[in-house]
Amino acid sequence: MMTTAKVSLRTALSLLFFALAGTALLAWTFDLTHETIARSVEKEKLKLIAQIAPPAAYDNDIMKDTLQLAPDKLLGSTGTTLAYRGRLNGQPSIAVLEVIAPDGYSGRISLIIAIHSDGRIDGVRVVSHRETPGLGDYIEIARSNWITGFNGASLENRKDSEWKVRKDGGSFDYRAGATITPRAIVKAVHKALQYHAQHRDELFAQAPPEKTSGKENKK
Amino acid sequence: MTTQEFRNIFHNGLWKQNPGIAQLLGLCPLLAISNSVVNALSLGLATTLVMALSGSGVAAMREWIPAPARIPVYILLIAVLVTIVQFLMNAYVYSLYVVLGIFIPLIVTNCIVLARAESFASKNAVFASALDGIAMGLGLTAVLVVLGGIREIFGHGTLLSGIDMVFGEAAKSWVITVVPDYHGFLLAILPPGAFIALGLLIALKNWLNLRAERKAHGANASVAPIEGGCSTAH
Repeated sequence: MMTTAKVSLRTALSLLFFALAGTALLAWTFDLTHETIARSVEKEKLKLIAQIAPPAAYDNDIMKDTLQLAPDKLLGSTGTTLAYRGRLNGQPSIAVLEVIAPDGYSGRISLIIAIHSDGRIDGVRVVSHRETPGLGDYIEIARSNWITGFNGASLENRKDSEWKVRKDGGSFDYRAGATITPRAIVKAVHKALQYHAQHRDELFAQAPPEKTSGKENKK
Repeated sequence: MTTQEFRNIFHNGLWKQNPGIAQLLGLCPLLAISNSVVNALSLGLATTLVMALSGSGVAAMREWIPAPARIPVYILLIAVLVTIVQFLMNAYVYSLYVVLGIFIPLIVTNCIVLARAESFASKNAVFASALDGIAMGLGLTAVLVVLGGIREIFGHGTLLSGIDMVFGEAAKSWVITVVPDYHGFLLAILPPGAFIALGLLIALKNWLNLRAERKAHGANASVAPIEGGCSTAH
């Protein structure tokens, strides 16, 4: 006959076993898939960059002309992010920044923003998010063109007080039922423009990779 | 398995014990997702897949799961399965993941998955449990799609909007504009609209049942009231 203590112990041990087995299974699947996932995400990001940086705006290989940016509050980043630099006839023309909106309804929303060297936005896209399906996901270009509302906006043509959703007295649209999501994105885009304004010269200071290396390395 | 058992499983899942309109389990996604046909169908099919997997998983391990701790073990199993499905889809069918991926974590919160683990898979063989998962999943999908259709027509005046995300650009022309130049009706899109439409569907099912019973037994038959809600461990 088993005592209560024995039954409890047995139950606890089997729970522990199932928890460990489940964790191991998840760890194994994660290990199996995370590289493929990272590759798909990267591919998707490049596709998005092509969407928001018009090919006419640059004549260099924008995907290779990158600069690593240190974590910055204005970018919302906690690790290094990449800036893609577009040049036209050797002159800086467009910068694509990776930005994080940390205060979405369900956590971080990761964005990319293409900013013209005159400070105008060429386009914004959501790379990944976990907003409520059917409610907050209109920020995806596949579901609605809400995100194109940023096109052409800049710090010059919109005052600081206008960088809010309409409900808060700003000039950006939102959909009833999901205001936290667009609020987070508008804030993140606004900050990214401030970052761009402060660091415009540094972004392009370092020469593009073709000129510093390449020919010597080939020999 | 006999044909009769097979038919019972599907009759239960699709009509008699339909999760959406008879058991009233799985209200979470019913309310959140059923605002368009495409969303509803996507989540319904993903749920069906998870239910088939969790049903067979629980049935296969039912001998080793200690009775006092079975509920946490089922939840653990369902969460692990859902996460694995999410990882695999993210890695190998990325375009589909972009459409469905965001719905997948919601499946864990759907009590119908847990309910079938407890009330069916823990007492039946692997194959029967997998079938039960599929039948219940399809029953839920059917209700979701009908709800999604009603809410989409009243909310946006369209049907099948967003279908191009599942079948590619060519499918854009499949979108049906039911009411041209419609300005939208927010109530239908928000959760209250789901409650109202679901209530009407339940009423319709009860009416049909009542009518069938009256035909069979004469005029004095009545339908047993629905019992439901998000609890299964009575």
